[in-house]
Amino acid sequence: MTAILDIRDLVTVFHTDRGPVRAVDGVSFTIARGETLGIVGESGSGKSVTAQSIMRLLEPPARIEAGQVLFEGRDVLAMSQSELADWRGASAAMVFQDSLTGLNPVLRILPQVSEHVVAHGRMAPPAARRHGIDLLRRMGVASPERAAAAFPHQFSGGMRQRVMLAIGMANEPSLLIADEPTTALDVTIQAQILDLMAGLNEKFGTAIMLISHDLGVIGSLCRRIAVMYAGEVVETGPTAEVLADPRHPYAWALAHAVPRLDTPVTARLPSIEGMPPDPLAMPRGCRFAPRCAHRIARCDAEHPPLTEIAPGRSVRCWVTMDGRQLPPPSLPAAAAPPRATEAEAPLLEASDLIKHFPLPRKSLFAKPELVHAVNGVSLQVARGESLGIVGESGCGTSTLARLITRLHAPNAGNIRFQGQDITALGGEALRALRPRLQMVFQDPFASLNPRMRVGQILAEPLRVHGHAAPEERVAALLDMVGLNPAWAARFPHEFSGGQRQRISIARALALDPALIVADEPVSALDVNVQAQVLNLMLELRARLGLAFLFIAHDLAVVRAFCDRVAVMYLGRFVEEAPAAELFATPAHPYTVALLSAVPEPGQRRIVLGGEPPSSLRLPQGCAFRARCPVARPICAEPPPLVEIAPGRRVLCHAPGSLQKPR
Amino acid sequence: MALFASLVVFLISNFVPGDPVLAQLGDILASDPVVVAQWRAKWGLDLPLWERYGIFLRGLLHGDLGQSIATRRPVLEDIVQFAPATVELATISFVMALALGIPLGIAAAIWRDSWIDALARVLSLVGVSAPTFWLAFIMLAIFYGWLGWAPGPGRLDPIAFPPEGPSGFFLFDTAWAGDWEGFADTLAHLILPAIVLAAATLGLITRTTRAAMLDCLQQDYVRVARAKGLRERVVILRHALRNALVPVVTLGGLAYANLLTGAVMTETIFAWPGLGRYTFRSAAALDFPAIMGITLVVSATYLLVNLLVDLSYAVLDPRVRR
Repeated sequence: MTAILDIRDLVTVFHTDRGPVRAVDGVSFTIARGETLGIVGESGSGKSVTAQSIMRLLEPPARIEAGQVLFEGRDVLAMSQSELADWRGASAAMVFQDSLTGLNPVLRILPQVSEHVVAHGRMAPPAARRHGIDLLRRMGVASPERAAAAFPHQFSGGMRQRVMLAIGMANEPSLLIADEPTTALDVTIQAQILDLMAGLNEKFGTAIMLISHDLGVIGSLCRRIAVMYAGEVVETGPTAEVLADPRHPYAWALAHAVPRLDTPVTARLPSIEGMPPDPLAMPRGCRFAPRCAHRIARCDAEHPPLTEIAPGRSVRCWVTMDGRQLPPPSLPAAAAPPRATEAEAPLLEASDLIKHFPLPRKSLFAKPELVHAVNGVSLQVARGESLGIVGESGCGTSTLARLITRLHAPNAGNIRFQGQDITALGGEALRALRPRLQMVFQDPFASLNPRMRVGQILAEPLRVHGHAAPEERVAALLDMVGLNPAWAARFPHEFSGGQRQRISIARALALDPALIVADEPVSALDVNVQAQVLNLMLELRARLGLAFLFIAHDLAVVRAFCDRVAVMYLGRFVEEAPAAELFATPAHPYTVALLSAVPEPGQRRIVLGGEPPSSLRLPQGCAFRARCPVARPICAEPPPLVEIAPGRRVLCHAPGSLQKPR
Repeated sequence: MALFASLVVFLISNFVPGDPVLAQLGDILASDPVVVAQWRAKWGLDLPLWERYGIFLRGLLHGDLGQSIATRRPVLEDIVQFAPATVELATISFVMALALGIPLGIAAAIWRDSWIDALARVLSLVGVSAPTFWLAFIMLAIFYGWLGWAPGPGRLDPIAFPPEGPSGFFLFDTAWAGDWEGFADTLAHLILPAIVLAAATLGLITRTTRAAMLDCLQQDYVRVARAKGLRERVVILRHALRNALVPVVTLGGLAYANLLTGAVMTETIFAWPGLGRYTFRSAAALDFPAIMGITLVVSATYLLVNLLVDLSYAVLDPRVRR
């Protein structure tokens, strides 16, 4: 096998006002023809900068200061601008994370897919157009002729990412660099894109360098993996070996911080405390030493080299460089979930909730179209219980959260909270409800007012509801969520994403609520930070006896946190069950597909075709019918809600007819 | 909108402490109460306020803007006579500002922090901040008074006859008649006021183009275009420029409306027989009908230009289309 890409001691420096930041610091690796290499690390570890250094896409103040990038033996760093333009997009292509900003909003799809086929002199324009449409079809874009003439904003995220892949593959490059290509996508769409990339690698022998913070994504596609931390590669080796037996403490923490579907649920997730080192003042010794549980004296004094510990495996660690293994995590198993006693009335009870939103009229006389966001949801949450709600984007989970917290009023249905009917509360009565029912939002950057100090943010609900001594309470709250009470005078931008989410949680806790509705509270966070925040929420739940309505698209996160789980599709619950049972023996075909779509090393996927149908026109009969692998004629009838076991309800004509692949 | 503007101006001009009687009749006649009363009755100034507004509105519906107190001619005729001079001047200024400002802004963004960027920044700062009257006098002093390269104020040589022509735009009319001498004379007279008028617009256009272009060059789709191996020229012209033009069009539209209606100072200094000078003279004479007519034309111009800007969004940015 010859190396198609050979990187040696690459150093990329950002010359900031406060001093030089070595974002990539001596990175070396090779990718062989037709190979797949995964690069994993938290944000700021230098993954993306490495990729852009290879493609020479960085602009000042970033500069490549040392090292070599050899592509099939040619020195990319020595190429002239015109040689570089000939090489880029023809021999090596790149796919970026955000397909919304990555496609030019004012140009139609087809020219974006085929312009560089013409520019590289591969084809004349008419042939390139046919080639472009053919590419779109191969990438699974529905009705490619029509799509070719469309503009990017008319496409869903999954479709746009297919277009991005088509752009990357247009000249059949021998290397494709994909930077977080599926991060913004739903699991079933992510599974489709990963399948597509695996197919490209198999069929065309395209070498793939996949960058992701998600070990599952990398594990399901890549044979080899490189783990990056603070600008350095800290461990590399075959993916399966590194995941099963990580030798660098950071790789070890990453591998265990991700909640997985195939390991027992523990009371908390392993996480590493602290934050990555300040890039302006790197530690002299090992860069991970300040956070490392296995640290020895040498780690603080000397910088460890990347050392080969077995054929094809290297690690940058003084402790394990002699071939030693790191011990598996030992954490107590989770206690059995508290069973709600039948006698006690549920804390929250909602029945047959319906919410429609009218779209703006297309013309003066047209009937306004309705978005059917929530179409008949019933649920119960007992005191101290956490109910997880899982669904893909657009299926109505966020609207449901807003109905429960009465930020919206339902069109029909009934909500009772602590025995009180809150369906139609307004004014003063609604204000009196707020302290008992709080919400945590997804985006830790947008949900905190940037012009208010943290102390003011936390004291505001206290003042509004007439709390006597807000200052003391604010200090206690900060302490409760693991932040320094002295930080109350700081502004939100001075905190990291994880710390901000802690502030959001503190704000929700300020008024001693009985129920917290958390809408994707950890999905914007890095895995390790996600584990820290989940641990905090688990601890608070146990200590304060809080009930949670926990909305997430990440099934493993829901499994780690929730007692019961409901799966939502197109505004309805299609399955509801105790967490353990749902994940062990899913009954609705959609649940089965969703579980199998979660990228886990070595797992076979059921890839659902298509995308969820539009909530503008609800399908007749079963909403999942069009994508269901086991649909049958009867599914054209509305499916019944079957109770297949105590507490297990499934909305399906044939529950259990689709089995999890092994 | 235009009606609302007319009402506001109507009320303001009637509450201004000042009397058209004095301005028109002069001290001696104005001291004779009989003459004053006759004059007031003639112009309808003895009627109550609301009735006068009613008369104005009724006239408006019939396409009649009333009669100017100062020129004793229908206001509409005055406006039709003075408008071409202003439109010609404003359009030439606008074209100059765009033709220079957009390329300069693009170049400044591409070669950021280079000498061309410095030049663009200095030019836009001076253009925006130099007062029009100062700039006008300096230009006149240097190019007319000292160097003698440019002709003095006015639209033509004082001894020349205005061209006979269909449009009232002298450049067009002289070219139409094949009168190339007249064409050159017109152009020479246009240059100085056009430069003075264009200065502020040029500054704004350069600055906006530069900022929009810098923003677009940071976008992911530009990085994607580079990763495709497109030449830098293609990346800039095809991918960045069209996105950068959206804010420039917004500003350009407003700037053009501003040039059409706001050339009072420039036209007065350069003795330019346009709407700006007409505005100045009418205001000085408290010529209510003329002021009302100008207000309507100004607000209608803004409405029209804003409509055109909105429509051009749909051409430039497909996300606006529905």
